[in-house]
Amino acid sequence: MPVSATFQRTRPGHTSMQIIYTDVLVIGGGLAGQRAAIGARRRGNEVIILSLVPAKRSHSAAAQGGMQASLGNCLGGAGDNEDLHFADTVRGSDWGADQEVVRMFAHTAPKAIRELAAWGVPWSRVQRGDHEISEDGKKKTITESDAAHGLITSRNFGGTAKWRACYVSDGTGHAMLYAMSNQAIAAGIPVHERTEAIALIHEGERCCGAIVRNLVSGELIAYMARATCIASGGFGRIYRVSTNAVINEGMGAAIALETGLATLGNMEAVQFHPTGIFPAGILVTEGCRGDGGLLLDGSGHRFMPDYEPEKRELASRDVVSRRMEEHITAGHGAQSRFGEHLWLDIRLLGADHINGQLREVKEICQYFLGIDPAHELIPVRPAQHYSMGGVRTDARGQSPQLKGLFAVGEAACWDMHGFNRLGGNSVAETVVAGMIVGDTIADFCASAEGQLQLSTSLAGDFMRRESDKLKAIAQNGGGESAVELTRQMQETMTSNVGIFRHGEKLERAVSALQDLQQRAAHVGLRNANRGPNPELVAAYRLPRMLKLALCVAQGALLRTESRGAHFRDDYPQRNDLQWMKRTLASWPGDHDQLPTFDYEPLDILGMELPPGWRGYGARDYIDHPDTAIREQQIKHLLAAAGELDRHQRQNLLMPFMHLLPPLFQGRNQRLENSE
Amino acid sequence: MNTIPVSQQRTLNISVLRHNPADPDSEPHMQTFQVEDADAMTLFVALNLIREEQDPSLHFDFVCRAGICGSCGMIINGRPGLACRTLTRDLPDDITLAPLPGFELIADLSVNTGKWMRGMAERLETWVHAQGLEQIDLSAIEAPMEPELAQQLYELERCIECGCCIAACGTAQMREDFVGAVGLNQVTRFRLDPRDERTDAQFYELVGDDTGVFGCMTLLGCQDMCPKDLPLATQIAFLRRRMVAV
Repeated sequence: MPVSATFQRTRPGHTSMQIIYTDVLVIGGGLAGQRAAIGARRRGNEVIILSLVPAKRSHSAAAQGGMQASLGNCLGGAGDNEDLHFADTVRGSDWGADQEVVRMFAHTAPKAIRELAAWGVPWSRVQRGDHEISEDGKKKTITESDAAHGLITSRNFGGTAKWRACYVSDGTGHAMLYAMSNQAIAAGIPVHERTEAIALIHEGERCCGAIVRNLVSGELIAYMARATCIASGGFGRIYRVSTNAVINEGMGAAIALETGLATLGNMEAVQFHPTGIFPAGILVTEGCRGDGGLLLDGSGHRFMPDYEPEKRELASRDVVSRRMEEHITAGHGAQSRFGEHLWLDIRLLGADHINGQLREVKEICQYFLGIDPAHELIPVRPAQHYSMGGVRTDARGQSPQLKGLFAVGEAACWDMHGFNRLGGNSVAETVVAGMIVGDTIADFCASAEGQLQLSTSLAGDFMRRESDKLKAIAQNGGGESAVELTRQMQETMTSNVGIFRHGEKLERAVSALQDLQQRAAHVGLRNANRGPNPELVAAYRLPRMLKLALCVAQGALLRTESRGAHFRDDYPQRNDLQWMKRTLASWPGDHDQLPTFDYEPLDILGMELPPGWRGYGARDYIDHPDTAIREQQIKHLLAAAGELDRHQRQNLLMPFMHLLPPLFQGRNQRLENSE
Repeated sequence: MNTIPVSQQRTLNISVLRHNPADPDSEPHMQTFQVEDADAMTLFVALNLIREEQDPSLHFDFVCRAGICGSCGMIINGRPGLACRTLTRDLPDDITLAPLPGFELIADLSVNTGKWMRGMAERLETWVHAQGLEQIDLSAIEAPMEPELAQQLYELERCIECGCCIAACGTAQMREDFVGAVGLNQVTRFRLDPRDERTDAQFYELVGDDTGVFGCMTLLGCQDMCPKDLPLATQIAFLRRRMVAV
């Protein structure tokens, strides 16, 4: 067991630098960060969580509709298993995901649900007997079995073969986050609220903590840690129209990028959710469509079956969002004084269902739109929703470039989502990756490489650097406004780096962002208040957000194909021949104008599921010759092996169990194999 | 709701109680800002406009801006509520905003509900108490629960710890150590949960006095002001009856 090293001291006479020592520093207090913290704490490490806001107010609470895990308890989920969850996730990713990681995820997801159940999450349960449901616009009666009564139920979501989204009404993330936070409190893990990591401390390629700004007092503190874990969520706020909370500015990913060493993976892969309420962009859950809700156009016509006869409203999010925008462009939108939109119709689900299972949706409609969704249509239009990209890690969550730096959840590119994530897979990723990475961090701390010679002069160097930067911003006196430049960045991203991308628009975006980057050097403050100073915060975050925006825009410009959520009008096909690779962006020089790009190949010959048609969306793509080779290999391997059960078959094609902590390797039991 | 006629051109006079405790020269005072009303404008939009265009030092807290995270509780024309989902069209021309009472002031409209709620959670131990939670067999099928019970637990768990019930509570304004409706509701939630092995005698130790369930004066402010419409007074009455029986 590592020796506890948490203490706090101010060194007299040595300026007034405050240093806090801990084994593990977790940056971000949402589901992923807290679960990783609990995992590391359970193995005897001292852990501190930093959070911009009280942990229970993290954006994880906004997950509404459900968490994907193949329990297979209810009728719609019967026959579900890890294989189907794996295949759905890989197809959803448009073959951009790391298939080993997807396997680790699909295997651990049922365990995550069951752990949370023991911790108190009131998952909705199967009720035996008859239920009336809505499917494809029609009413239908289904009968749940006695055997499943009281087990955790699930609902239908987009891009999945089974009803797999386990839920707590439509407050799933809220219930999960409260149970998780309460467990973290029970474990005695301190959360340093209203603090922001503004730089990572590193000595060469070894990360040793972070310089942290107290958002109330404004003071800087050095946190030195043997392991540092970024869990700060996504960067949706670089867009004007986003479902994300206002704190989702990507600062965790940005400070990793600013080390010049750590890389960000697939930043151009940005998800747009089909049903942001119009025009505020507040999310209403995919569960609305999963439960039978429909999308209608300006004349009340249900248009999705025209485009996507297989999955209709329940194709993956990238496909549905594109079809919606395509339909609006073709002149079928509904008009309003804020612009054009479409309608989400959940009236057919009935007031009882809405009051019980879609309560948050009902409240959002009531408070923000002044309508009752049991009787009226909800105006919707796609809005930025999720960042598939983030801090690139290996399969166990560690940065390949910076030892001792880990990343987890939306902040990470682990990479189980590839170019499009399925609904309900992100909240599942937070907890699953938190479990795996928390254990990995504990292994790291227990190993020789987890030891650290803590140098106060190193902390001092970083502290001075950051303090000087902040002073320079406070004393700049320039004529630019951080708020105005942030607004222009968001407008640029929404107009030019949105759902439909094009070379010329992307070039314009990159040049506009570079121009903003220059102007950002001349931001002046109008107010030099001590203590909380929102203007200063906006000023120092702006250049970091612009760096992330440039990673997205330039990455999108360079990727001359369409894959998942990244769609290029000028290159509309998925191009496996040239683009079976993950984008890696880094920012080696402080004064660089653009990120540096590198690419990491995805090896088709190692894939369990070689590329093909997703089962929805476009059917034409440019094949890679390895795909046919791999398909043949798989055929021969299976033929030679003879009779295999599904676990043996899987293990033959792509073994992954060795990557999982032993704690999570057990075979998941289900109703069908327990009898 | 929606009883005030919409006038497109009206100007809102938004008066904010200003004070920054970190600044030794700061005195609490009211400051009024003029904002042009707009369609579908919320206080989230109005306050951000003020900060962006008129006074960059104005302090307030928003996170989700969708009524689910509980960050933006404040006193709006004398009543506690969530600013992010308050539409200006439901308010008169003159709007007065003040920070929630009962919490440490950070600055202007921002109060430290996080610290208060963490203290409450530690004191009431608002987590499932059960043997062997660290050795659960994660591969085994979960224990069944009646669907109706899961639904009841969720009803109580919809609390977002916004602090409106504390601001609306007579007892909480008189005694700092009162755990309030937010705390008592969580105790009823864990008491109802069969996964929590604590007995009524143990819950009595946590809330069986004037800082707990016997401090409530039944003024019902908590239930009236709860943005999530939780049945708080009913829960407190129920808990009191159970605690009397201990």
